[in-house]
Amino acid sequence: MDKKKEVLLEVKNLRVEFGKRKKRFVAVDDVSFHIYRGETFGLVGESGSGKTTIGRAIIRLNETAGGEIIFDGKKINGKIDKELDKEITRRIQMIFQDPMASLNERAKVEYIVSEGLYNLKNYKTDEERKDKVEKAMLDVGLLPEFLSRFPHEFSGGQRQRIGVARSIVMEPELIIADEPISALDVSIRAQVLNLMADLQRKKGLTYLFIAHDLSVVRFITDRVAVIYKGKIVELAETERLYRNPLHPYTRSLFSAIPIPDPRKERAKKLEVYDPSCHHDYDKDPPKWVEIEPEHFILANERELEEYRKMLAKNGVQAIG
Amino acid sequence: MEDKKVILSVKDLVIKFRLRGDILTAIREASLDLYEGESLAIVGESGSGKSVFTKSFMGLLDANGWIDSGSIMFEGEDLAKFKTEKEWLKIRGKKIAMVFQDPMTSLNPLKTVGKQVQEAIELHQDIKGDEAKDLTIQILQDVGIHDPERRYNQYPHEFSGGMRQRVVIAIAVACNPRILICDEPTTALDVTIQAQILELLKGLKDKYNLTTIYITHDLGVVANVADRIAVMYAGDIIEIGKCEEVFYNPQHPYTWALLSSLPQLGVKGQDLFTIKGTPPNLFYEIKGDAFAPRNPRALKIDFVKRPPYFQVSPTHKAKTWLLDPRAPKVEPPESIRILRQQWEVGNNG
Ligand SMILES: Nc1ncnc2c1ncn2[C@@H]1O[C@H](COP(=O)(O)OP(=O)(O)O)[C@@H](O)[C@H]1O
Ligand SMILES: Nc1ncnc2c1ncn2[C@@H]1O[C@H](COP(=O)(O)OP(=O)(O)O)[C@@H](O)[C@H]1O
Ligand SMILES: [Mg+2]
Ligand SMILES: [Mg+2]
Repeated sequence: MDKKKEVLLEVKNLRVEFGKRKKRFVAVDDVSFHIYRGETFGLVGESGSGKTTIGRAIIRLNETAGGEIIFDGKKINGKIDKELDKEITRRIQMIFQDPMASLNERAKVEYIVSEGLYNLKNYKTDEERKDKVEKAMLDVGLLPEFLSRFPHEFSGGQRQRIGVARSIVMEPELIIADEPISALDVSIRAQVLNLMADLQRKKGLTYLFIAHDLSVVRFITDRVAVIYKGKIVELAETERLYRNPLHPYTRSLFSAIPIPDPRKERAKKLEVYDPSCHHDYDKDPPKWVEIEPEHFILANERELEEYRKMLAKNGVQAIG
Repeated sequence: MEDKKVILSVKDLVIKFRLRGDILTAIREASLDLYEGESLAIVGESGSGKSVFTKSFMGLLDANGWIDSGSIMFEGEDLAKFKTEKEWLKIRGKKIAMVFQDPMTSLNPLKTVGKQVQEAIELHQDIKGDEAKDLTIQILQDVGIHDPERRYNQYPHEFSGGMRQRVVIAIAVACNPRILICDEPTTALDVTIQAQILELLKGLKDKYNLTTIYITHDLGVVANVADRIAVMYAGDIIEIGKCEEVFYNPQHPYTWALLSSLPQLGVKGQDLFTIKGTPPNLFYEIKGDAFAPRNPRALKIDFVKRPPYFQVSPTHKAKTWLLDPRAPKVEPPESIRILRQQWEVGNNG
């Protein structure tokens, strides 16, 4: 991979906990990854694995219990000054899964799309604000006339466009899209994905794309991380990972993707992941290791041996 | 397939709803022969009528809806003529059962899981008390719930999403139905759980001699479970055939569009295929082929006259004028050709 790529976001040994003392629960545990400017980075894993929690920690909605989140060279988790807080509120935006639940039903679209601008007051005149809002509407393929309407007057796909407008109006650099198409009808999904790709090209956006439709993730992401119970177990360039998944959890996840081809789907073998029989971590604990360039995996020494052999079988030169 | 026994036969079914004083036609003269022991998948975008169509087999239409004409023949009776709940109770749950997408809506949060399964057994079979409890535990085991004696006394909230769906399936098969309708049974589940539930359903089909109907929008799931596929558009089945026939030799332009929308066909850096326009407004009468306004390859006649079924093979037919011997030769879109190539390469290599 190109060495000159600029890292926009870096997450280092991130830990997020919920609850106190006895009820304490570690939702995100020692998670590290970075996202290059301009790329689409995918985060996949079963529900409850900690994907949303990571997204919310980045935009400071969840407190972090350990580790660092560095955005464009500056640490943005923990205590930060007001200026920086304002700055990242603008530069990092999040799009949520359910456009219905995430839009204030009693507010007009105009207010919904303007909300972030109102909060930051980063415009000089009301004219300027209106201008930005109308541009954002056009950018997502909606008519500025719609601004005087209410969310319930729109279809699911249009509502998600409003959700996108509301984030791009801030002119962010990083957008965290948390299952942005899961609640949409299949026929609308492709339209929203096309819109997101189009905006990325035009505005040089960087995406952290959280999703559970693994076929879609393969199509739209450049790199992807697989998370299991709060820990990232494998991370690599998307095509590379889909072709050669190494970690048994990744393998089980990918083997479960239904293939829309009856002969292949019926011939395929499901792999089952059982952490208690796959790993023996008592004496030989796992580490986060770069097994081939840009391909990271959580494994201990014995497992690494095995994974290197698997790579060699597929004609790939491992590191170490 | 042709010499198989027909277990349920729907003819020219029309279903309408009254909504704020207007009438919409959700099912438009749809016909279907369901074969005993088969697994049929119904696919189509949301609003095409998949749920309404199958709910009508169980007398589960919403209060503002009715069967306007047509017949649903099952075990010598026309279900379309049923008027009373009493008539439906002989069928619903007992002969034809249903599994819905969201298990929480079908389970009572205040009753133990065991009780709920046992009630279904006691309601439909002549078994009571300890005997019914033993059978309940047996069925819980059959649907893959470990330690069923202990689980019997637990409440739905103590179960994960996938385990709850297993309980719903247990209730559905508890009364030994002949037909099991699964409406988006795995849509809300993680892929690994989805794969397990599909395996379970396939296993139960043999064990309980079920005929199954799957409603799903996921063509991957269809490829996994279906013997036959029915493609629904605007309240009618516009193409039906064996699973391989519909995947590898689709005929209707809507089926082409549906297959072209697969993200697997996407090329990085290019737009994904989208079907232009919107489905027809069901409040108005639909002229010709309902898909014509969205079909870039539509013929003149598509806007005028509704196509009948044309046979493609003894087991495969589609309602498109393209199959009329007089029609000009129209090639399927590029994406369908790419799909075929992928499949050929994949299946030979
Ligand atoms: N505010 C919260 N309080 C307590 N637990 C939470 C909270 N938010 C998330 N969790 C828990 O953290 C885990 C990860 O949740 P989440 O990040 O939402 O998962 P995902 O997005 O991958 O489905 C889950 O077990 C969830 O129940
Ligand atoms: N109770 C109802 N009142 C009015 N229209 C309804 C009702 N139920 C379903 N419909 C309409 O019937 C059509 C078919 O719906 P449905 O069978 O639920 O579609 P699908 O299951 O394919 O998504 C839709 O246009 C829907 O709006
Ligand atoms: Mg989430
Ligand atoms: Mg439905």
